Amino acid sequence: MSKNNLERRIWSEGKTPYSAFWAGGDNLKSDKTCETTPFPIQPAKSAARIRRVRSIGDRIFPRFTLILAVLVLVILVGIIVILFLDAMPAIKQFGLSFFGSTDWDPVNERFGALPAIYGTLLSSFIGLIIAIPLSIGAAIFLSELAPAWIRSPASFLVELLAAIPSVIIGLWGLFILVPFIRHPVESWLGDKLGFLPLFQGPPFGVGFLAAGIILAIMITPIITAVSRDAMKAVPDTQREAMYALGATRWETISRAVLPYCRSGLIGAVILGLARALGETMAVTMVIGNSYKMTASLFSPGTTIASKIASEFSEASGEIFIGSLVELALVLFVITLLVNIIARLLVWRLTTVKVEGI
Amino acid sequence: MISDPGYLRRRWVNRIMVSLSTLAAAIAIALLILILGYTLFRGIAFINLDFLTQAAKPAGEAGGGMRNEIIGTLILIALGSLLALPIGLMAGIFLAEFGNPRINAVVRFGADILAGVPSIVIGVFAYAIVVKPMHSYSAFSAGVALAIIMIPVVARTAEEAMKLVPGSLREAALALGITRWRSVIGVVIPGAITGIVTGIMLAVARIAGETAPLIFTALGNAFGFDGLDKPISALPLQIYRYALSAYPDQNQQAWAGAFLLIVLVLLISLLVRWISGRRR
Repeated sequence: MSKNNLERRIWSEGKTPYSAFWAGGDNLKSDKTCETTPFPIQPAKSAARIRRVRSIGDRIFPRFTLILAVLVLVILVGIIVILFLDAMPAIKQFGLSFFGSTDWDPVNERFGALPAIYGTLLSSFIGLIIAIPLSIGAAIFLSELAPAWIRSPASFLVELLAAIPSVIIGLWGLFILVPFIRHPVESWLGDKLGFLPLFQGPPFGVGFLAAGIILAIMITPIITAVSRDAMKAVPDTQREAMYALGATRWETISRAVLPYCRSGLIGAVILGLARALGETMAVTMVIGNSYKMTASLFSPGTTIASKIASEFSEASGEIFIGSLVELALVLFVITLLVNIIARLLVWRLTTVKVEGI
Repeated sequence: MISDPGYLRRRWVNRIMVSLSTLAAAIAIALLILILGYTLFRGIAFINLDFLTQAAKPAGEAGGGMRNEIIGTLILIALGSLLALPIGLMAGIFLAEFGNPRINAVVRFGADILAGVPSIVIGVFAYAIVVKPMHSYSAFSAGVALAIIMIPVVARTAEEAMKLVPGSLREAALALGITRWRSVIGVVIPGAITGIVTGIMLAVARIAGETAPLIFTALGNAFGFDGLDKPISALPLQIYRYALSAYPDQNQQAWAGAFLLIVLVLLISLLVRWISGRRR
């Protein structure tokens, strides 16, 4: 029997040739056609023990990491389940009318979410309107226009804005921005554009406008960073082709770069929106905490997050706490959906990039 | 050709739009300098030895400091890290070394979504699973909330860092007869350690200033640290309370607290930039 045949025979028994040696070579000895043992058999025992010890580590460690990785998912699912269970008293009590009611009356235990949802959407919307041109412009500068020596420090500074704790931005907003909004901004807007319902009412300073501006400041860094990365992923051949046609810098940016990374830009904006919807401290400090729904941007209002932040620690009674938890659940579901949409868009961008290579 | 009206118009549009983009970047940076500069400027005036070493005085009384809050924040950062690091690092190791594409996609997606959950919602969750069963606000519940915020950040940055370790290093380790898990502990993690540490520092910077989940988990404690099962005070929480206070003294202390917090966060950010710059 040739060596090839021998190997094939051992393979067919489901063992590698080496494991046959480690097992003591019995197969080989019993095979009469095999004249010599091809390998010394002595270290068999210790090798087997080493293999066993090794395989224990290699069996346990990956499983251990798997369990903790899955724990991340368990936490996520746990948040949904626990919030749902704790919100149950309010869900049972109010049903769908929770979303249509404007009540917030702890004494008579009647609660509705509409003003909080309205305030959340309105302040985020104001924030986006201000932040989108600002951050796309900044991203264009950082990715397309800035000379190399300015690019990296400028990017760092913009991202540093995201690192400032929300409570400090709120403190600054409360003592610096709110007086500024009250006097020149709101009185001027009321004078010139007072015929619009948006700009009517007394200038309080605190309110939806202040919250929107604060949110714009807080989401500008993330929109800038993500859209700058999206623009950087546009291949240079696209730009060169535009320049070769005689286009100006701006024509290159607006007709080659921006359309190419459109889905990345939309993803960046939606990521910013998700941030704005869930932002708590800074908004709580400048929005004025009034449970009203008005068209006026000058009016104090509330958001879901600020309502929870300002009342949760003092809430008592199953229904009151349940209503606040249901607000948290609503906020969680909204941001979950928005985040998923944003992730899918940003992922699509990266797959496009891979195909382009 | 220069006098061609179409060309002149295009050149003007180009100039205007390029300047507007530059202006946008300038505004973003100016905002940072405004907020940062004003906080540092206002805050440093009220920083003194008393502020660092004394406990808070009752409202209306002059003096007093934030000793308890500073200690509380340090304890909460340590507690959050202690709970989050093992989970985050192991999840990162799994994603980078052992996972298969399908499980990885799910875990990665889950981690990204968890990172996007508003911190106030995580606070409500921590209240529900820790505060309610224990019938008491506690440092531990705040640590749990902060840990949940940290985990996805640590896991994703650790994964990215370990993926940058070249495969040839792993293969070299395996070729020497080392087992896979020993090669992860002994070769991959040391190779990725700067990236992992950077991620941890970013996560710490984030939870250091986190306020929303502390309001109804840590609650605040005027008498200093009193055990992990008791309420604890924290710097950002006290800044929030003092900012909304009617007493000018407390407003000033809020600025001083903000100064400390911002210096901490700035130091971490600069350190991270220095480390990752050196790596390149």
